[in-house]
Amino acid sequence: MKVALFVPCFIDAFYPQVGVATLELLERLGVDVDYPRDQTCCGQPMANSGAHKEAAGAERVFARNFADYDYVVGPSASCTHHVREHFTAIEQTSAVQKVRRSTFELVEFLHDVLKVREFPWAEFPHRVGLHNSCSAVRHLRETSNSEVAGAPFSKPRALLEGVKGIEFVTPARPDECCGFGGTFSVTEEAVSVRMGQDKVRDHVGAGAEYIVSGDMSCLMHQQGCAERLKVEAKFIHIAQVLNGARA
Amino acid sequence: MTKTVRIDHAKAAGAFLQKTDHVAFHDKRLWDLRSKRDAQAHGIPEWEALRELASGIKEHTLSNLADYIAQFADQAEKNGVVVHYAADAAEHNALVHQLMSERGMTTLVKSKSMLTDECYMRDYLEPRGITVMETDLGERIQQLDHQDPSHMVVPAVHKLRADVAELFGRTIGTDPANSDIHYLAESQRMDTRPYFVREKTAGMTGCNFAVAETGTVVVCTNEGNADLSANVPPLHIASIGIEKLIPTIADLGVFVRMLSRSALGSPITQYTSHFRAPRPGTEMHFILVDNGRSERLALDDFWYSLKCIRCGACMNTCPVYRRSGGLSYGGTYSGPIGAIINPTHDLKRYSSLPFASTLNGSCTNVCPTKVNIHEQIYKWREVIAERHEVPFVKQEVLKMAGRLLASPTLYRATVASLGGALKRLPNFVLYNPLNIWGRQRELPEAPTETFHEWYKKNRKSAK
Repeated sequence: MKVALFVPCFIDAFYPQVGVATLELLERLGVDVDYPRDQTCCGQPMANSGAHKEAAGAERVFARNFADYDYVVGPSASCTHHVREHFTAIEQTSAVQKVRRSTFELVEFLHDVLKVREFPWAEFPHRVGLHNSCSAVRHLRETSNSEVAGAPFSKPRALLEGVKGIEFVTPARPDECCGFGGTFSVTEEAVSVRMGQDKVRDHVGAGAEYIVSGDMSCLMHQQGCAERLKVEAKFIHIAQVLNGARA
Repeated sequence: MTKTVRIDHAKAAGAFLQKTDHVAFHDKRLWDLRSKRDAQAHGIPEWEALRELASGIKEHTLSNLADYIAQFADQAEKNGVVVHYAADAAEHNALVHQLMSERGMTTLVKSKSMLTDECYMRDYLEPRGITVMETDLGERIQQLDHQDPSHMVVPAVHKLRADVAELFGRTIGTDPANSDIHYLAESQRMDTRPYFVREKTAGMTGCNFAVAETGTVVVCTNEGNADLSANVPPLHIASIGIEKLIPTIADLGVFVRMLSRSALGSPITQYTSHFRAPRPGTEMHFILVDNGRSERLALDDFWYSLKCIRCGACMNTCPVYRRSGGLSYGGTYSGPIGAIINPTHDLKRYSSLPFASTLNGSCTNVCPTKVNIHEQIYKWREVIAERHEVPFVKQEVLKMAGRLLASPTLYRATVASLGGALKRLPNFVLYNPLNIWGRQRELPEAPTETFHEWYKKNRKSAK
């Protein structure tokens, strides 16, 4: 099984520890992981703003870098969703289609492909509010969503339950959007911030010490809001928790 | 031609957010409707099957719309109704005026209709000597305040009851200090009732469903005012958007089960009124209105929005709408559905609306007719960018970002020039030249090295 690590651009630049945790975690699980050096970005920031033409260059680089792998794994649901559903600025050759099919978000890959449930090295003795991004919930369907009736399920939660000492709290609106939304966070700054503040307060009000998520962009936004509000809350990516971070 | 005013949703939403009591109430009230909707929808095991069915019926009807319109009109005429066609808002308004002036009528009592708001009918009739009385409580509040409805089902939901007390005090003479809900509702009712029995008065309703099989107009309300509007005056005019057609009475059952559950989380509206034929000695007129609908029907990506039954569930669930208020959308339709309908009327004016979304997809998941709202929002962004309706700075920065991310060498060079450049990356990626991010949020701290650099140091097995 040839697996490539996809490190989204803002994780590369701002949250390298999330990239490291993802890599180390996959290695611990016995996966042979490559990191194609010439990767840049999936194209989402441009495409989500309507600028499809401008996304073509990034998509081409992505398709070229990840062409030779069985799986492309990245710690971001929104990037994965872009590759799977919206990666259409370039010609859809069979190679491009294969890359799109092979791209998995980390939680999906662990849960559905590796089918791992135990993380014996991991211990996280904290009260956790689990924030699943809208891309993870409604686009990749990693969890059930509150709008639709049915048996509840949550792949990220199923993984975290394999971590010792972890305790979950339940916010009042567990799958309401936190307001990041890519360029939305600056074009609609006032609404975005208000949503972020409400999200942080909901988690902290439910007793969360940590807010854990598979999407670092949501956390970047929520942490920015929490720090300015001087709300006591800590933020950590699910890859770090599963890889054994204690705090 | 006057220059089109662009709606600045972000700015208007920012102003609404300054009113913290209003925002808190608005968010809570609409979330409460969403929660009640969940309880109702989840209580029906076949809910998802109903959505599928509703979507299928609408798609079928829209795909054969001309036939169903003909069948509906034919049947209605057999029932003694006069059927008219209006290609646009102007024709609709002129028809209403003509029907009234030919009969010497000077007052129009009406129930709520998004379509007449869409046609700005009051603005047309009032200068021509027609008194228009909105008899739905929320719609009346908005009429008295000279505002568009801010929500399709609860038009004045952005107001606190103290605002209504102040408004009624100023306009219909109630005690401005008394904001008791029953007092206010009762006062509005007493104020509007005399109009139903005035002389020279016509009645008007909208239409929730137009049944082709029977030629019936079905109106769903909670206040009973539609029945008074239709049944007291000697002339009943029903304004009908052509997308309201459904084939049969049996189909109606699907929609009636879903409409109020989706809208307010109640099993059914208080009144589900079927208007089929004029009472003896009176007249009934139906106006079938296009106003851009057939044009939208021809748009491959956007015709699905015609499946909308105006329940407002997408608005109640939308986290952006709940915090920005309906008036910030600057048009008759607001919220997620407004973001996809309004641009079909005027792309330039409404070009900011598809960007007033995080693409979270909750709207699509509550929609009873499965309109793919968030996918259409995404698609509209592409159309708007292609037609250069995106602000210049944003367009230029996206171009720059696109070039940078298309070249691994250029990208690495930019990221590697630590210090200044790295600290500026989120601004760059998020395209803003000013630090908008940092107005009310902290920026993440720049790490000492990128993942890329860490990898080079720590893993020998470079590809």
